[in-house]
Amino acid sequence: MLRRNIGFKLTVGVVLTVLAAIGLFAALNIQSQSSSLLSEVERHASQLSGAVKADTEYDMLRNDRERIHESIRRIGQQESIDRVRVFNKSGEIIYSSDSADIGTMVDKKAESCYRCHSAGAPLDHLDMPDRTRIFRLRADSPRLLGIINPIYNAPSCWSADCHAHPESQTVLGVLDVTIPLAEVDRNLRRSKWAAVILAVCVAMVLSLIVGFMVRWWIDRPVQELVTATRNVAGGNLGYRLDVKRKDELGMLARSFNEMTEKLAQARLQLFQSDKLASLGRLAAGVAHEINNPLTAVLTYGSYLLKRSEKSPETHKDLQVIVSETIRCREIVKNLLDFARQTVPKKRKADVNDIIGRAARVIENQLALGRVQLVLDLDPALPNVTVDANQIQQVFINLMVNAADAIGDDEGTIRVTSRGIVLSPTGVLQIKTAVCRKRHELVDRKYAVGGKPAITMRFRNGGQAGLIHLDPMYGSDAHQLGGMPDLTEGVELVCPECATSLIAEGESCPQCGAPIYAFEVPLKGLVQGCLRRDCGWHRWEQVDANWNEAFVEVRVADDGCGIAQAQIPHLFEPFATTKGPKGTGLGLAVTWGIVDNHNGTITVESEVGVGTTFIVRIPVES
Amino acid sequence: MSGARDILVVEDEPMVTQAVVLVCGDEGMTVTAAESAAEALRCLQERPYRLVLCDIMMQGVDGFEFLAELARHGLQVPVVMMTGYSTVENALRSLAAGAADYLPKPFTADELLTVVRRALRSSALLEAAEAPGLKRDGSLSFVPCPDHYLKLGRVSWVLMEDEGTARIGVSDLFLKAVDGIRDFELAEVGEDLAQGIPCAVATAADGSLHGIMCPMSGRVLDLNTEVRKRPSLVEKDPYFKGWLYRILPSDPESNLQWLTL
Repeated sequence: MLRRNIGFKLTVGVVLTVLAAIGLFAALNIQSQSSSLLSEVERHASQLSGAVKADTEYDMLRNDRERIHESIRRIGQQESIDRVRVFNKSGEIIYSSDSADIGTMVDKKAESCYRCHSAGAPLDHLDMPDRTRIFRLRADSPRLLGIINPIYNAPSCWSADCHAHPESQTVLGVLDVTIPLAEVDRNLRRSKWAAVILAVCVAMVLSLIVGFMVRWWIDRPVQELVTATRNVAGGNLGYRLDVKRKDELGMLARSFNEMTEKLAQARLQLFQSDKLASLGRLAAGVAHEINNPLTAVLTYGSYLLKRSEKSPETHKDLQVIVSETIRCREIVKNLLDFARQTVPKKRKADVNDIIGRAARVIENQLALGRVQLVLDLDPALPNVTVDANQIQQVFINLMVNAADAIGDDEGTIRVTSRGIVLSPTGVLQIKTAVCRKRHELVDRKYAVGGKPAITMRFRNGGQAGLIHLDPMYGSDAHQLGGMPDLTEGVELVCPECATSLIAEGESCPQCGAPIYAFEVPLKGLVQGCLRRDCGWHRWEQVDANWNEAFVEVRVADDGCGIAQAQIPHLFEPFATTKGPKGTGLGLAVTWGIVDNHNGTITVESEVGVGTTFIVRIPVES
Repeated sequence: MSGARDILVVEDEPMVTQAVVLVCGDEGMTVTAAESAAEALRCLQERPYRLVLCDIMMQGVDGFEFLAELARHGLQVPVVMMTGYSTVENALRSLAAGAADYLPKPFTADELLTVVRRALRSSALLEAAEAPGLKRDGSLSFVPCPDHYLKLGRVSWVLMEDEGTARIGVSDLFLKAVDGIRDFELAEVGEDLAQGIPCAVATAADGSLHGIMCPMSGRVLDLNTEVRKRPSLVEKDPYFKGWLYRILPSDPESNLQWLTL
């Protein structure tokens, strides 16, 4: 599981990369440190060997062997020096800081000789790097650096009194100084360890930081998305993601939410039509079965009613029978109408009157349950064109539901009516737009929100490019591309004829920035502010004549409320929360009626606080 | 017609038949019951009836098949279709299939009597028109609908106009069958009318209400204000000056299937 985790992979990747980088860096660093330390030791050894040579030169000329021995022994006692030896031409050690060596022969293949003697005839001269060597006496002993210093023949040598050396000799012997490298090696080892510890620490800290960031920025939102998709796959289309984040995953969450919302709507539609088909069959059966006995009740009842005028008491009772049977007839008819989605019989009506009639119908039921019905009606409500009977059924259903939600407790049902105007913003799509030379600006090649965008060209000094405006009037999901945010010097032109689209001499009434303008043929001028964050827009002809006026009726109760999970299923046929009391048709019928009037019905609810149903009916449907 | 009984009820639900017998019998009409279409056909072949009340949804042969059966046997009796499945389509289909009228269940005694009386009168009028020798007085004659008018059963007519609008009115047979109209309740300009649903309600002299089924769906552009002032204008000149509405049809193509020339 962990191996498949994207956060784990990313962390491991980052840590390995960092380890490799630190390792490489440390290796290079140690190498350069090592070479500089060695060259330092080399220089020191060379100086030392020069000093020994100079120190003993005089004694050698005088051939004062005792002094030479003494000098070399003294020098060899210094802590930073391992050994000092002098070989003669034939490889015999004639002087040494270690007196045991004196008189022994050195193998010419040995480390201090092979530089010159490896190639048969011995070399006379060696460069500095060739004069040093690094070796171990045994595999487990510390490293040593040896430097040889040839002792050349000089006039003072062959002319000295001892006449030890003939003039023909070039090299008289070799001074070999070895210096222990233990200190250097200790330093290098320390550096290596420091590098390893640094690398491990950095890797650990980094893996923590990267792991935390990945968990915070990637893992968690991805996990949330996975949970959400599993929920949706499991059929819970009401699942919504938290969309506070502004990064790509936040965008993904937002579009995920939009997707599920659209899916939920589509499913509801599908479900509704599917249910409607079976409801239609059911209604046909129910209508036929119930209407026959109702016919008998109604004809007998109305027949008796006509004949009972002389006995007022019976007459009154029969009136109840007939009127209630007629109500049954209407219910069955509504069921049929809903199932078959019959065209409502619309006439101009006052919604307040309809609410009043609905209220009178259910007032008797309410009196029993100690529920108070408060009507808060706007007297200046515009008339709507509706099927008054159907809309009355809607309000009756909602009020009965409200009363049921309150149950046996005391409670209040508040019915409010008012006229509202919904703005055209974000509802109206601009399908065609032209520049002053009548070139079409709506370009099918570019889409904003899936709809062909209004395309313009911007110019700003050397910069130029296309921008795509949101064709939904008032929405501002514009794609402004590389257009600089405003304002001085930015030109907007028609992509085809380069006519300016900036309204000369006009400015945004909100922020004073320049504004663009284009024409929608036959529908007037559309203007908008150029500043990205302003969002001002105007379409005089539409703003003025937009008649998306609605009558809004709210039926609010302070009853038990509806759980959020149930809300999406509320309007589905046969979805009842009332158990055997409900038929599961009330809200489905209500939804069908409101939908048939091009209206909308929504619900706001909180468990334990109450429920509000909001019905909006367009004034011009 | 001597020996003719008034009503034959074709209905497989005995309670409904009993109700019809009770209500119509009380008005002095003779009522015979048949439980199926086959039985009804036998009754009709045995003796004449002035009116048949037939349920649409019956076991075996249903109401529409029964109508076709009647036509095949050359039986000219007017039929009122009843149904508990009271949809607009059933109403339109009944009238288009030649039924005299349509009565959705459940109905009150008054609604039943209104439809039965209207159907009886219209069948009497038709009978009189086919047998001129029997014409006793002017009240039993009616003016048939002009040939180029589209008709919805015996109830209403629609005349398509060149501008794409349509004029709607009531057929004279329906008006004469109602016997003395006192008033018309009309829809308003701007309202939507739907085919198969009453677009106007006539109040008869006896106070009974008669819905006039709309022959075509559409929005009311204009209504005949003269009719509001003088309801009798409709009876005087039902096909010309007595029109009711001028409408903008909303779905003329699908409406046409229920209309006859």
